[in-house]
Amino acid sequence: MIIASLAFYLFSIMAVIGALNVIFQRNPVHSVLWLIFTFFNAAGLFVLLGAEFVAMILVVVYVGAVAVLFLFVVMMLDINVIMIREGFLKYLPVGAVIGVILLVELAIVFGGWTMAPDAKGFRVLPTPDMSRISNTEALGRVMYTDYAYLFQASGLVLLVAMIGAIVLTMRRRPGVRKQSIAEQVNRDAKDTVTLVHVESGKGLS
Amino acid sequence: MSHLPSFSPAYPEIFMAISALVLLMLGVFRAKDSTNLTTWLTVGVMAVTAGLAITGTHDSLTFSNLFVVNGFTVFAKVLTLLGAGLTLLLINSWAHEQKVARFELPILVLFATLGMMLMISANDLIALYLGLELQSLSLYVLAAYHRDNQRATEAGVKYFVLGALASGLLLYGSSLVYGFAGTTTFGGLAAAIKSGPNTLGVIVGVVFVISGLAFKVSAVPFHMWTPDVYEGAPTPITAFFSIAPKIAGLCLFLRVLVGPFESMIEQWQQVMILISILSMAWGSIAAIAQKSIKRLMAYSSIGHVGYALIGLVVGNEEGARGLLVYLLIYLLMNVGTFAVILSMRVKGQYVEQISDLAGLAKSRPGMAMALAALMFSMAGIPPLAGFLGKYFIFVAAVNAGFVALAIVGLLASVIGAYYYLRLIKIMYFDEPAAAFDPPGLTAGIIMAASSVLMVVLFVVPAPLVNSAEAAAKALFLG
Repeated sequence: MIIASLAFYLFSIMAVIGALNVIFQRNPVHSVLWLIFTFFNAAGLFVLLGAEFVAMILVVVYVGAVAVLFLFVVMMLDINVIMIREGFLKYLPVGAVIGVILLVELAIVFGGWTMAPDAKGFRVLPTPDMSRISNTEALGRVMYTDYAYLFQASGLVLLVAMIGAIVLTMRRRPGVRKQSIAEQVNRDAKDTVTLVHVESGKGLS
Repeated sequence: MSHLPSFSPAYPEIFMAISALVLLMLGVFRAKDSTNLTTWLTVGVMAVTAGLAITGTHDSLTFSNLFVVNGFTVFAKVLTLLGAGLTLLLINSWAHEQKVARFELPILVLFATLGMMLMISANDLIALYLGLELQSLSLYVLAAYHRDNQRATEAGVKYFVLGALASGLLLYGSSLVYGFAGTTTFGGLAAAIKSGPNTLGVIVGVVFVISGLAFKVSAVPFHMWTPDVYEGAPTPITAFFSIAPKIAGLCLFLRVLVGPFESMIEQWQQVMILISILSMAWGSIAAIAQKSIKRLMAYSSIGHVGYALIGLVVGNEEGARGLLVYLLIYLLMNVGTFAVILSMRVKGQYVEQISDLAGLAKSRPGMAMALAALMFSMAGIPPLAGFLGKYFIFVAAVNAGFVALAIVGLLASVIGAYYYLRLIKIMYFDEPAAAFDPPGLTAGIIMAASSVLMVVLFVVPAPLVNSAEAAAKALFLG
C-alpha cells in the first residue's frame, strides 16, 4: 500500500504545483500547458480512487478537447498579460481576506461533518460490486436507464449552447467568394469550352 | 432488466422539446426569413403545451422519481407559458421593426420556457440544476441577442458571468446537501433531513442553495445584475426576463423549501425573512432615483419578488396561495407595462427615459390611462388587482404570526407607491414632451387587455383565488 500512498502524494503535489503555475505564468500559453499537466495528475488521482472511467474521460475530454480549444483561443487572442495584472496588488488584500474567510468556513464545515444517520439507506444507487462489473458498465447502466431523463435534458442544454454560439457569432457577409466544390466537380467541358473554327488569315472577330 | 418509464406525465415537456427541434429544422432549411412563421408556431406550441398540461396526468412521479406533476406544477407551468407567450408576441413585433429578426429568437425563448417547465417539475437536485441551466443559458444568449449593440453585449456578458457564479453556489450547496443525505431526490432528502440532527454542513449547504436560487429570482442581496441587465438587454427581452423566469424561479423556490427542506423550516425561515425584507426595502428605495424606465422596472421587479417571498416565508398553504395569486397579477401588470414601454417611440426611435413620458395624457390619452391603471395596480391601490395580490400575501403573513414582516411590507409598498405615482404625475401634469408614435396593434391590445383585467380581477377574484388554492393544496399533499 505504500506505493499507492506514494503515488497519491506525488499526484496531489504535482496537481497543486500545476495549478499554481496556471495562475502565475506570465505567458498564457504556458498557463494552458500547465493546466493540461494538472488534468493529467487529477486523472491519476481518479485512477487511485478506482474510478478509471472518469480518469480516462478527464484525459480524453479535458485534455484532448477542452484544453486544446483553450490553447487555440489563447493563441488567437492577443492577450496583454501586463494589462490584466494591473489591478492585482490593489485587489490582493480584499481577495485574500475573502479567501481566508472561505477557507475557515470550509474547515469548520468539514471538521464537524456528519452524515444523516440513515444516509446509507437513502442511497438511490449504491456502488455495485466492483469485482464483478466494470466502472464503465456500472455508469452506463445508470445513465441510460434511471437517469435517461437527465441525459436527455443535458443534451438540450448542449443544443442551446450550440444555437447560442451560432446566433451570437455567425454573420453572413455578402460578396465573400467561397469555394464551392460541388460546382467545381459538376463543371462540364461542354459548358465552358467552345471550339471555334477559325478561318486562316481572318483571325477572331 | 427494467421497463420503460411512464411518459404520460411529461407529455407537455416532450411535446415542447420535439417541436423546438422541428421548428429549428424548419428555420434552418427554409430559405426565406421565417421569424414570423416560427414565432407564431412557437406561440401555438406554447398554447398546445398549456392545454396538454391542463388536461394531462396529475399527481404522478416518473423517470425514477426525477420528475413530478401535481396541481401546483400544472398551475405554475400554465402561468409560465402565459407569460412567455405574451412576451413572445411583443418580442416578435420589436424584432421586425428593428430589423434584427432571426428565426432563432422564438426558438431560444421556447427552450428557455422548456427549462422553466423542467425546473417547476424537478423532483431531484440534478433535475433542478439541469432545468435551471437550460433556462439560464437561453437567457444569456437572449440578453446579448442584439449583438451589434454594445450595451446588449455588455448585459449578456455580465449576466453570464454572474449567473455562472450563482450556478456555482447552487451546485456547491447541492454537493454539501448530497454529502449529508446520500441522495439527491427530494423525497429522499426530506426523509434524511427529518431523520437526524441538522448539522452545520447541511445548513451551510441549504444556505448556498438558497443563495443560488435567490440570485436567479434577483432577490436582494443577489440582485446587483438586475438593473444593468434589464437596462442593457433589448426591451421586449427585458420583459421576458422580468416575467417568466421570475414565475418559474419562485415556484421552484417554494417547492424546494417546503419539499426536501421542509423540516429545516426554522433555519431557512430566518434567511428568507431577511432576503424578503431587504428586497422589498431596496426595491422601493433604490427605484426612487432612477431616470430610465427600464431600470425602474428592474427595481420594481426586485421589490415585487420581495413581496412574493413573504408567501414563501410563511411556508404554508395560505402562503403558497398568496404567492400564486401574486404571480399571476404580477405577470399581467408587467406584460402591460412593458407593452407601454415598447410603445415609447418618437419618430420610430425608442426612448426609455421617464421624462419622455411627460404629458402623455395629452398626446396619447389611451396609453396614459392604461399605464396609470397599471401603475396604480403595481402600487397596490384598490380597486385594482395589485391590491389583491398584496392583500393575500399580507393576510397569510399575519395569520401565521409574521406581523412585523407584514408591517415592513406595508411600509415598503408605501415608499414604492411614491415612484409609481410619480410616473402618473409626470404623465398627467407635466409639460408635454415629444408625442409618441401610435402603438402597434399587438402592444395596444396587450396594454388595453391587461389594464382592463386589473379591474376585472379585482371585481371577480374568485376563479383565480380558487384555482390558486387548489394548486397550493396539491403542493402540500404530495
